[in-house]
Amino acid sequence: MVEEENIRVVRCGGSELNFRRAVFSADSKYIFCVSGDFVKVYSTATEECVHILHGHRNLVTGIQLNPNNHLQLYSCSLDGTIKLWDYIDGILIKTFIVGCKLHALFTVAQAEDSVFVTVNKEKPDIFQLVSVKLPKSSSQEVEAKELSIVLDYINQSPKCIAFGNEGVYVAAVRDFYLSVYFFKKKTTSRFTLSSSRNKKHAKNNFTCVACHPKEDCIASGHMDGKIRLWRNFYDEKKYTYTCLHWHHDMVMDLAFSVTGSSLLSGGRESVLVEWRDATEKNKEFLPRLGATIEHISVSPAGDLFCTSHSDNKIMIIHRNLEASAVIQGLVKDRSIFTGLMIDPRTKALVLNGKPGHLQFYSLQSDKQLYNLDIMQQEYINDYGLIQIELTKAAFGCFGNWLATVEQRQEKETELELQMKLWMYSKKTQGFILNTKIHMPHEDCITALCFCNAEKSEQPTLVTASKDGYFKVWILTDDSDIYKKAVGWTCDFVGSYHKYQATNCCFSEDGSLLAVSFEEIVTLWDSETWELKCTFCQRAGKIRHLCFGRLTCSKYLLGATENGILSCWNLLSCALEWSAKLNVRVMEPDPNSENIAAISQPSVGSDLFVFKPSEPRPLYIQKGISREEVQWGVFVPRDVPESFTSEAYQWLNRSQFYFLTKSQSLLTFSTKSPEEKLTPTSKQLLAEESLPTTPFYFILGKHRQQQDEKLNETSENELVQLPLTENIPAISELLHTPAHVLPSAVFLCSMFVNSLLLSKETKSAEEIPKDVDMEEEKESENSDEENDFTEKIQDTNNTDLGEDVIHQLSKSEEKELRKFRKIDYSWIAAL
Amino acid sequence: MGEFKVHRVRFFNYVPSAIRCVAYNNQSNRLAVSRTDGTVEIYNLSANYFQEKFFPGHESRATEALCWAEGQRLFSAGLNGEIIEYDLQALNIKYAMDAFGGPIWSMAASPSDSQLLVGCEDGSVKLFQITPDKIQFERNFDRQKSRILSLSWHPSGTHIAAGSIDYISVFDVKSGSAVHKMIVDRQYMGVSKRKCIVWGVAFLSDGTVISVDSAGKVQFWDSATGTLVKSHLIANADVQSIAVANQEDSFVVGTAEGTVFHFQLVPVTSNSSEKQWVRTKPFQHHTHDVRTVAHSPTSLISGGTDTHLVIRPLMEKVEVKNYDAALRKITFPHRRLISCSRKRHLLLFQFAHHLELWRLGSTVATGKNGDTLPLSKNADHLLYLKTKGPENIICSCISPCGSWIAYSTASRFFLYRLNYEHDNINLKRVSKMPAFLRSALQILFSEDSTKLFVASNQGALHIVQLSGGSFKHLHAFQPQSGTVEAMCLLAVSPDGNWLAASGTSAGVHVYNVKQLKLHCTVPAYNFPVTAMAIAPNTNNLVIAHSDQQVFEYSIPDKHYTDWSRTVQKHGFHHLWLQRDTPITHISFHPKRPMHILLHDAYMFCIIDKSLPLPNDKTLLYNPFPPTNESDVQRRTAHAFKISKIYKPLLFMDLLDERTLVAVERPLDDIIAQLPPPIKKKKFGT
Repeated sequence: MVEEENIRVVRCGGSELNFRRAVFSADSKYIFCVSGDFVKVYSTATEECVHILHGHRNLVTGIQLNPNNHLQLYSCSLDGTIKLWDYIDGILIKTFIVGCKLHALFTVAQAEDSVFVTVNKEKPDIFQLVSVKLPKSSSQEVEAKELSIVLDYINQSPKCIAFGNEGVYVAAVRDFYLSVYFFKKKTTSRFTLSSSRNKKHAKNNFTCVACHPKEDCIASGHMDGKIRLWRNFYDEKKYTYTCLHWHHDMVMDLAFSVTGSSLLSGGRESVLVEWRDATEKNKEFLPRLGATIEHISVSPAGDLFCTSHSDNKIMIIHRNLEASAVIQGLVKDRSIFTGLMIDPRTKALVLNGKPGHLQFYSLQSDKQLYNLDIMQQEYINDYGLIQIELTKAAFGCFGNWLATVEQRQEKETELELQMKLWMYSKKTQGFILNTKIHMPHEDCITALCFCNAEKSEQPTLVTASKDGYFKVWILTDDSDIYKKAVGWTCDFVGSYHKYQATNCCFSEDGSLLAVSFEEIVTLWDSETWELKCTFCQRAGKIRHLCFGRLTCSKYLLGATENGILSCWNLLSCALEWSAKLNVRVMEPDPNSENIAAISQPSVGSDLFVFKPSEPRPLYIQKGISREEVQWGVFVPRDVPESFTSEAYQWLNRSQFYFLTKSQSLLTFSTKSPEEKLTPTSKQLLAEESLPTTPFYFILGKHRQQQDEKLNETSENELVQLPLTENIPAISELLHTPAHVLPSAVFLCSMFVNSLLLSKETKSAEEIPKDVDMEEEKESENSDEENDFTEKIQDTNNTDLGEDVIHQLSKSEEKELRKFRKIDYSWIAAL
Repeated sequence: MGEFKVHRVRFFNYVPSAIRCVAYNNQSNRLAVSRTDGTVEIYNLSANYFQEKFFPGHESRATEALCWAEGQRLFSAGLNGEIIEYDLQALNIKYAMDAFGGPIWSMAASPSDSQLLVGCEDGSVKLFQITPDKIQFERNFDRQKSRILSLSWHPSGTHIAAGSIDYISVFDVKSGSAVHKMIVDRQYMGVSKRKCIVWGVAFLSDGTVISVDSAGKVQFWDSATGTLVKSHLIANADVQSIAVANQEDSFVVGTAEGTVFHFQLVPVTSNSSEKQWVRTKPFQHHTHDVRTVAHSPTSLISGGTDTHLVIRPLMEKVEVKNYDAALRKITFPHRRLISCSRKRHLLLFQFAHHLELWRLGSTVATGKNGDTLPLSKNADHLLYLKTKGPENIICSCISPCGSWIAYSTASRFFLYRLNYEHDNINLKRVSKMPAFLRSALQILFSEDSTKLFVASNQGALHIVQLSGGSFKHLHAFQPQSGTVEAMCLLAVSPDGNWLAASGTSAGVHVYNVKQLKLHCTVPAYNFPVTAMAIAPNTNNLVIAHSDQQVFEYSIPDKHYTDWSRTVQKHGFHHLWLQRDTPITHISFHPKRPMHILLHDAYMFCIIDKSLPLPNDKTLLYNPFPPTNESDVQRRTAHAFKISKIYKPLLFMDLLDERTLVAVERPLDDIIAQLPPPIKKKKFGT
């Protein structure tokens, strides 16, 4: 049993895929991208994660294919190591220890035993490009300390450095200048753009650079959206450049196609622009990519492009500018208003996604399930534009209903508010908009909750607003003569002395509703909507409010803004206990009485897990994160763990996830990271190792699918098709050179027969093998003896006509083998 | 500096005509510019881009092509079917010769400079032999279907490329037959236009033909095989002109959108000899069609419908970062178009085909410095005098008393007598002008309006006595032995004793009018004279040159004055020398003998000779008006007092001691009168 290890805070996926340019494998089958401390290998065709290369102990900052062996991948990390991987098998081959923080990695085919990395030595903003000599050694860990500086005072971002024309020169940009270092001459040319404050040149800053693969041409992107193509840069005087201008905002990244015939650029417009022949008039667009393009990369085979977007998405795009695949991570582009929720159906994590969307993110597979478009409006990306924000969302009735609130406030008095209620449709397996309520309240909605009691016959929703009211919405019949329908209407409006309603919460059984009005908590009977009781602590506005669960359902918890956590007993209507705790996040575990609270003292965040019934916490972990924790959620486990230790028992049935201000999703785990992240899809390997010939499609995949289908449809029948690889006839057929095979007519019957089923379930697999071995032994013997053995076989299976033929095929197969043995080297001599 | 009441005149409705052709002469570093009204101007690029000479236009003589041949001979051809050669010494047309092919669209001189090729409306390409004093028709090339719009010689002189409508032909010069016919794609952004006009071709020594066409393409053709090599789509409108550098490492094209694109031959990689043409920089200095471009070794020159001549230096070719490295935009002629009658407050405006006489408004109001005074009487348009015949006016002048107006075209001289009766004007032409006064390059009245000085284009200077309604020819100063150089600037002393005359290159001659003989010659200077005037009383001749130097020469003493010597020793302020436009007018204050008033297009300056000269460290010009007494004191510390309130300033003169007249021509007003430019979508609008 995994036990008595410390509970550690671990990053649980959802890390940035768009941190660096993605890298294609040489055959464009895989795409690699950095993801936190790992490197992920995705299949370009299926979008599936094939491997996670883990081994780095800090953020991975750069990946490049080994130019001398395209089946290997270099990666560098802030932990000061460069690692060489075999990405096909997901094996770490070698580790080179450099020793200082590495910020970017570059490889050049011409520089055989060295790679280039970006380091910073003294000042925080001054980076150097250095070449690292990788010593040849057979050991697993090698020290690589031989550094030589190539360029000083460069930009940290790897987008600002590019190696050009087979490693003859390297171009680096920073601020207003471009420096080009020529390796042969060992000279640096520097070209400066005007940086004067006047309007015309104000945004001349360089943002990225790319080098033409064949010609001496450097493309640079600029803050004002211009792309400059520099040529003739050997001479600081005779240099010249061409301007291409389409982007209206900063050029985020540039890439040349493999042949250099076109240049790709992208930026905040979310449009991939292809400049053909680097001419201004000849350009193609791939618009509506959804989010700012952060990086562009091109496959070495030239058939695919890929763009990394600010919403943590990687798009794989065909050469003809058609998007072919999307690898979507957890969208972390914007601030999270809705908090973390769990979809009761899919157990997926639900939070703000793309602008105007809710994202459903599977924690198990670390991938986005789908996006629900709430706003259903075109997103206009412009600086300074006040957007509609999706501010609240809640699931109700076991995932049957979803309520969302969106708002847009341009001025103090101009509030646009909309509440939408979505019904889960079993038919489409998705949410369908049911009711749209304009201005449900006069002011911002502060809280939203469904009554989730099992016995409740009527779905009920409560909204609390700053306008001092809380409203109860119920589902009513909305049928007319045309159709049967249901809709939501307001049932009750409650208020308490015109105080702003800040929180609302239903008790577990749905009989009580707690609504907090600034400093006062009110309790309402959900049957009659009568005010039952009020609690007032006069200790600041209530920030969080929740009922206890299960055995603790008689308690109500409230956390105030000035750091008091109070627990009221609902039976005695008295304060049970209170503690001084500055609670940022308070989340009840749906499967137990436990409540997790994250407090924020001056620095860092602390976790407290407690039961409402007793003020002593079950578990305390200090310093779970350096940053402010914004949201947290308990996720029920599929398979409950069985920690016996009291401190860990709270993790038995649920797992606690939390989101920090910088939007890293973290959780608690007792396992070591290696154990935790076992690759889920090793089986893909076997499939991938097969050559994808037409035969493969006919025989391999297709057959397997049929297999499965057969197995499903007739589970009782013990029909077991032999695996194609195991049928000798077919393997012979596939492995014999085509030019020595006998005619297809001759092979046909043999081939077809080999595919036929023998009724004897075992014979197909086992007996032929035996025969094979026998035959191998007897191959020296006379034909008569061969016939004899066949007869024996015949007698063995007299009742099966097919098998006779099957046996005949064996002799033919032997003939085939003979063909194989004949020396055909004379053909080569022809 | 003193306070002046300034008449700010903005009713001079002058619009320069559009530039049609430019031709650069490498040998003399001169630029010939022809305009749509037939005017041809010669700019000396070595002399601060000064407009040295000009040939007046002619209504029927619209030039379509301009080229230099055989060193310094200038030819033009136009839609009237004539080839014209200009006499650059005497500043007139040497001869005009009909090519008998209908309107001529293009012309090119052979690389050996001995032959001239013209492309005509009827599709013929005609070869002319250039003889020392004429051109002679030699033969026709194969006749093409449609007009020949552009021509270019192969640098070896064996082949020519001719651009026509929808195709380019390559001719063998020896046989005169078309070797290749290269069809140009009519497609324009996917839409098939009716015709594709090849506006320009250039033949490179490696056999490449570059063509520019109305579909917005720049195309590279292989003349040996007649195939298209590369195509650059650069504009949504016509590409109208092309010019290649002599080294054939760069060329420039101009588009109808007003953009000029620079193409350069750039090595593909550092270690290979393979080179490719790359479009490098676009220049947007024009608002309208760029009808013509030229490529000098150090700069790109362009001109078009918006009437600016733009000279854009190539930074990589400029050795030193001096003022030659700055962009030049020449809009206004470097000669005087306005004359003024001080006595009657009259202004005479000279247009291409008419003269306008205006009386300045007046005011009774007073105000403090910087105030705009309300007019009590508006300016009056007194006279509209239209010329007879198709020729443009060369020069005009109104006498200081306001009772005489004289003007001249290329073939006739006109003198009018004006009589003022209250508000009515009586205009009477003085007939029977003598034959030698056929045409004049410059006309000037003496201060007392009794004498008329005429510089004729034969190089002679005539003095005419005016009295009553009649005239009498007094004397003619003949040019010095054998030279026929025309005089284009005149200055007369206020006492009427001295007459200074300057030609385009030789020095300034000073004549004694009383004794009717040459008094002296001011020592020759390298740069042409842009303006000169003789000061009252002292009879000092002040001369401004195109390199922005100002000299003062004492006529009675026949030497430079002490002040002039001091200035030369001390040197002018570097900002003064870096000014863009030449000084076009000099005048003097009658009461302040130490002041010299002069102006160029962008500033007005009073030089106070009594004050110390500025050195390079002092502030030459302070744009803010003085705020208090100490400020005034500090500012008066040096001799140059500059005002940049009025610009572009075409004319500024002193009417009396306290009144100035300034004639401005805002560029926006000119643009407003031009045809609308091609509409371009501007992002964000």
